Amino acid sequence: MQLRRGKRVTAAGGAVVAMVLALAACSSSTTSAPASTSTSTSAALSGTLNGAGSSFQNTFQQSAIQAFKSVQSGVTVNYNSVGSGTGRTDLASGVVNFAGSDSPIPSSEQSSFKGKTVLYFPILIGPITLSYNLSGVSSLKLTPDVIAEIFSAKITNWDNSAIASINPGVKLPNEPITIAVRSDSSGTTQNFSLFLETAAPSDWSLGSSSTIKWPAGARAGAQNTGVAQIIKTTAGAIGYVDYTDAKASGLTYASVQNKDGNYIAPSVASASASAAGVTVAPNLTFHAVWGSGATAYPITYQTWVLVYAQQSNANDAAMLKAYIGYLLGKGQSLLAPLGYAPLPSAIDAMAKAQLTKITS
Amino acid sequence: MTQVDPAIPAGSTSPLAHRRPLGDRGFALLALASGLLVLVVLALIAISTSQQAASWFSAEGLKIFTNNWNPAANQFGALAFIYGTAITAVIALVLAVPVSIGIALLLTEVVQPRLARPIVYVVDLLAVVPSVVWGLWGILVFAPWAQHVYSSIASGVNGIPVLSFLFGGQNISGASFFTAGLILAFMITPIVTSLSREVIATTPSIDKQGAYALGATRWEMISGVVWPHSKGGVVGAVLLGLGRAMGETIAAALVIGSSATITSHLFAPGYNMPAVIANQFGESYGVFRAGLMGMGVLLFAFTIIVNIIARGVVERSARRARGA
Repeated sequence: MQLRRGKRVTAAGGAVVAMVLALAACSSSTTSAPASTSTSTSAALSGTLNGAGSSFQNTFQQSAIQAFKSVQSGVTVNYNSVGSGTGRTDLASGVVNFAGSDSPIPSSEQSSFKGKTVLYFPILIGPITLSYNLSGVSSLKLTPDVIAEIFSAKITNWDNSAIASINPGVKLPNEPITIAVRSDSSGTTQNFSLFLETAAPSDWSLGSSSTIKWPAGARAGAQNTGVAQIIKTTAGAIGYVDYTDAKASGLTYASVQNKDGNYIAPSVASASASAAGVTVAPNLTFHAVWGSGATAYPITYQTWVLVYAQQSNANDAAMLKAYIGYLLGKGQSLLAPLGYAPLPSAIDAMAKAQLTKITS
Repeated sequence: MTQVDPAIPAGSTSPLAHRRPLGDRGFALLALASGLLVLVVLALIAISTSQQAASWFSAEGLKIFTNNWNPAANQFGALAFIYGTAITAVIALVLAVPVSIGIALLLTEVVQPRLARPIVYVVDLLAVVPSVVWGLWGILVFAPWAQHVYSSIASGVNGIPVLSFLFGGQNISGASFFTAGLILAFMITPIVTSLSREVIATTPSIDKQGAYALGATRWEMISGVVWPHSKGGVVGAVLLGLGRAMGETIAAALVIGSSATITSHLFAPGYNMPAVIANQFGESYGVFRAGLMGMGVLLFAFTIIVNIIARGVVERSARRARGA
């Protein structure tokens, strides 16, 4: 009897220990660096790379991860689509090997990287559409100024003369405009507002950020798909939606006037054209919005993979070189079918050249 | 420890009687460890979130209670979210409490226990539905339909003093304060119902029989005997429901409309604290992120206060019921 009771206690005590261990594991498992099983930089690598961040590049990351298995079957890559801000925090705290981010590290965040060099690898370009729901209007032209006035509720009706004058021959209905925006903070919002701030400085006063204080009356949806759904179900709605999601949801989108004065529709080719016309900083940061070029679509944005130049071990460095090299090389051919635009060859070459800076 | 241990039989001469059995000591340790674990986890959460939120409190000071949340201009006033949290919780209580008390009285005083059981199952099933399902149902099914209903109500009440203040307005949306409050009401009904039912069931049968013997009708019996007996406990149940309604995140984030505005119009899109944390955390940094963390701290504090009050009310009424 005594013995049996003792046994039961041991079992119950074991349960508590297990629980505490599980809790401890929760806090530490994500920080554990991938086990380095090989220190050579030869062809066959093995280990795990963890990445997190931007949801904009998530679709590309997931298909690249699948395809990369045929190149390096021993390397497991995980990418967690948690948002650029969280991805950068995770990189700073050493939780992940690389971060995905749609914007460079903001100055207020620099200190968390403790002076260590972070390398920027641009991996893809994508257009943001201005999708709308107007029955009978199959093609619409917009200028940056008009877009800024629509999204700050200065133009509130579709038959406004500012819209009509750039759309001769289009019968615009007398219908109130409903603007559809993101409810979650987003790199898409960040770059769309950056476009308005750059291209229509006199008409845009709401600033640029991942979250904008939109005028009252804006309808907010979660993710690109949420905004697309609002546009689809609301007559007279206009919103900014990722090209991939706009196409997938079957939305109609406007042509936007670019820096050279031409009205260009969003497409893979016109996005690449915009990126080709931008100035790239020595650390490979740039903004693809409002790029010059006759066929450039002006609301184009970019996303980076961020890694530390100094890696803690040779295996991590080798795996990162292999994976990012793949994203910049063969991986670029995966982009167009997914609705993304490949990097212009000049930027791609600069990024490839930077791979040698990853050291251990 | 001079306390008599019931595990040791009085006057026992067995050698085991000299010390408490291993099982008892083990059990005491286990129980203590479980209790402390919860406290430690709570304390760690409170400390680390306050730490991460520190830069918001220091950068904004009392401006955290202004209505200006504008990350693009580095302004982080959270009043609209606090307002939204209060409004949606009040709507949820106004809708859920009468229904919950009604169901509780139905189950205890009106129907046979045989019939009550299936009703209990169904009510408890509401608690099993994941909150994301509530949210998705709310935004995909309910909101588009509600948009039309809200619009016709709004035009119907146009010009009527109080009603147009609450249900009027130009900016009518299916995703609004009211939709969020309604979804929250569904979510807190099971907990309020089951707690109220338990409290009401403790009314001594002899008191009820006495009321009937004096010629009371069923309603007179409920209002004269059951209600005074269980009032405190029901208030406690309502406050626990309030705590849940304030903290519920994902369903609110999906259906509240995500517009940081303070308005009396319940059919307009709004925002509350859990929803803004869930929506904006991913792309936030610096003071912006600290502000979201800080709202977590405020919410934590509000919920603890509500829960402490609830405990107090329940305990006081339980004492009074015992004393009576």
